Amino acid sequence: MIEIKDLIKIYNSGSVGFQALSGVNFSIKDGEFVAIMGPSGSGKSTLMHILGCLDTPTSGTYFLDGKDVSTLNEDELAEIRKNKIGFVFQAFNLLPRTTALRNVSLPLVYAEVDPIEREKKAKESLKSAGLDEEFFDHLSNQLSGGQIQRVAIARALVNNPKLILADEPTGNLDSKTGEIVLETFRKLNKEHGRTIILITHEHEVAEHADRIISLKDGLIISDSGAHKKK
Amino acid sequence: MKLKDTLEETFLALLANKARTALTILGIVIGISSVIVMVSVGQGATGSIQASIESTGSNLLMITPGAARTFGAGVRSAGGTAQSLTVDDANAIASQVASVQYMTPEVSGRYQVVYKGNNTNTSIMGTSDSYTQVRNLSIDQGVFITTQDVESASKVAVVGPTVVTDLFGTDAVASDAIGQTIKINKIQFQIVGVTVAKGGSGFQNQDDRIYIPYTVSQRYFTGNKYLSEIDLQIASPDQMTTAQNDVTSLLLTRHNIADPTSADFTVQNQADILSSISSVSQTLTILLGAIAGISLLVGGIGIMNMMLTTVTERTKEIGLRKAIGAKAKDITFQFLTEAVVLTFSGGVIGVFLGWVISWGVKYFNLYQTKVSLLSIVLAVVVSGAIGIVFGYYPAKRAAKLNPIEALRYE
Repeated sequence: MIEIKDLIKIYNSGSVGFQALSGVNFSIKDGEFVAIMGPSGSGKSTLMHILGCLDTPTSGTYFLDGKDVSTLNEDELAEIRKNKIGFVFQAFNLLPRTTALRNVSLPLVYAEVDPIEREKKAKESLKSAGLDEEFFDHLSNQLSGGQIQRVAIARALVNNPKLILADEPTGNLDSKTGEIVLETFRKLNKEHGRTIILITHEHEVAEHADRIISLKDGLIISDSGAHKKK
Repeated sequence: MKLKDTLEETFLALLANKARTALTILGIVIGISSVIVMVSVGQGATGSIQASIESTGSNLLMITPGAARTFGAGVRSAGGTAQSLTVDDANAIASQVASVQYMTPEVSGRYQVVYKGNNTNTSIMGTSDSYTQVRNLSIDQGVFITTQDVESASKVAVVGPTVVTDLFGTDAVASDAIGQTIKINKIQFQIVGVTVAKGGSGFQNQDDRIYIPYTVSQRYFTGNKYLSEIDLQIASPDQMTTAQNDVTSLLLTRHNIADPTSADFTVQNQADILSSISSVSQTLTILLGAIAGISLLVGGIGIMNMMLTTVTERTKEIGLRKAIGAKAKDITFQFLTEAVVLTFSGGVIGVFLGWVISWGVKYFNLYQTKVSLLSIVLAVVVSGAIGIVFGYYPAKRAAKLNPIEALRYE
């Protein structure tokens, strides 16, 4: 479902070009749980931005769901993000002073889903992300870190995306809460068949995935393949 | 994104920062309401000036002695001081110019008026019975000067309501004055009538005036045969120009003047006076409106300032919105809507406030005001437009944000 060929990304800052990705190739099938791992500066963030259709590569192709998205313009990318990708960020990025339910509904607002359907889907999504119903109407600043990240996961799920991209989802959480969040991803992958890409620099976090792709200096240094954990 | 959702988001965003929202709206409220008030004062002034000129009679031609405009060399003497118009002139006009419906001669002056202990200095208008027709004057109590009074030079006086209170005390009513004897310039007159209050103030208060037969004025006060003004009422508005020309040529002939530019009299059309005064007061309205417009501009800059702050503050949110699929136009539209909702609600409140203030100004008799529908519509449209103009740049700035950088923004 994801197929990446010879992906190169060069940032031009002033006269000096910086090559963040120097020819990356891999493919990910539907229902895989992949961790992309690497130290900072390895190009994993750049890769995540391209995978998330927030950015386009300098050269190479990126097929998402059978469609080449590497040459699309901004609005077309926005359309892909809206329909096929769900993001979970390290900093959660919930709207402040807004209820959990409304935060989760937001992607559906842009997808122009009608309000009744919106609420139904948002509730389902929050349930599958593991948030108790009593917190649905709590404002985002009244929730704990773990609850916030579950709201964020629910938001990523709500538009039924092909791909969930989680960028350091446990980075701002203590290890116990992080464990719960990672378990949520695992459950979503195993029980709901979601395709999940986890971007992290921590090996322990990457261990939760079925497959680990390691990056260094813009190149893949190892790909564990679709191994089965346990 | 649907409009309904955009509006909902807008209200939530604006309510999240109530104090800032209120202060920003206040800027627009002040701007819009001052435009409404200033323009209403200007238009009220225009309206009251027009009304007071029109109340002095319709289809009016005024002939005064002396040249109106002396270009180049020559000294223009103050109106009414030249002595060139006579009763014969007046009668000739009345009989020879066909379109003249009524004619009234006037001999005016200011004299001391005494009733018992009270005295006042007021305008004494010597005139004839047709004055009421020409100048649109109504009698409250008693009668006006009659033809008989003029012919026999009877010492009768018709007084204005201000004169009544000046001479007979502030509590005096019109009927108290009828039949009383007053002294004008030491000569005894009997009051036969009181005119209806016309209002108005300033240079020509028609309520502070005494009317006597012009023959009496000539005999006892001026001591000559000259008139200070001849007023004509013309049968219809479209005959005004013809009448003006006819009167001018008749008087030129009678005064043996060949060159119209050296005429020793002036024929003025009421419409001319009206239009020149109207143009002055319209300029005043525009000026007042422009001054108020500056405060509106300041309010608009306030909007822009707030929107820029909002965009910066909500950079992360904008990044998120973009990440979950908002297009540039969705973001532009959202922030533009916020700006327009701010200015539009400011506009509506401003119109209401301005209207209330204008009403208050009128109610407490500070100025005459007139809130026109046009200024309301214009204010609302302008406030909306200000939202678009001053909200556009911040909204574009928000829409242009790179989602990756916006998400990382701290």
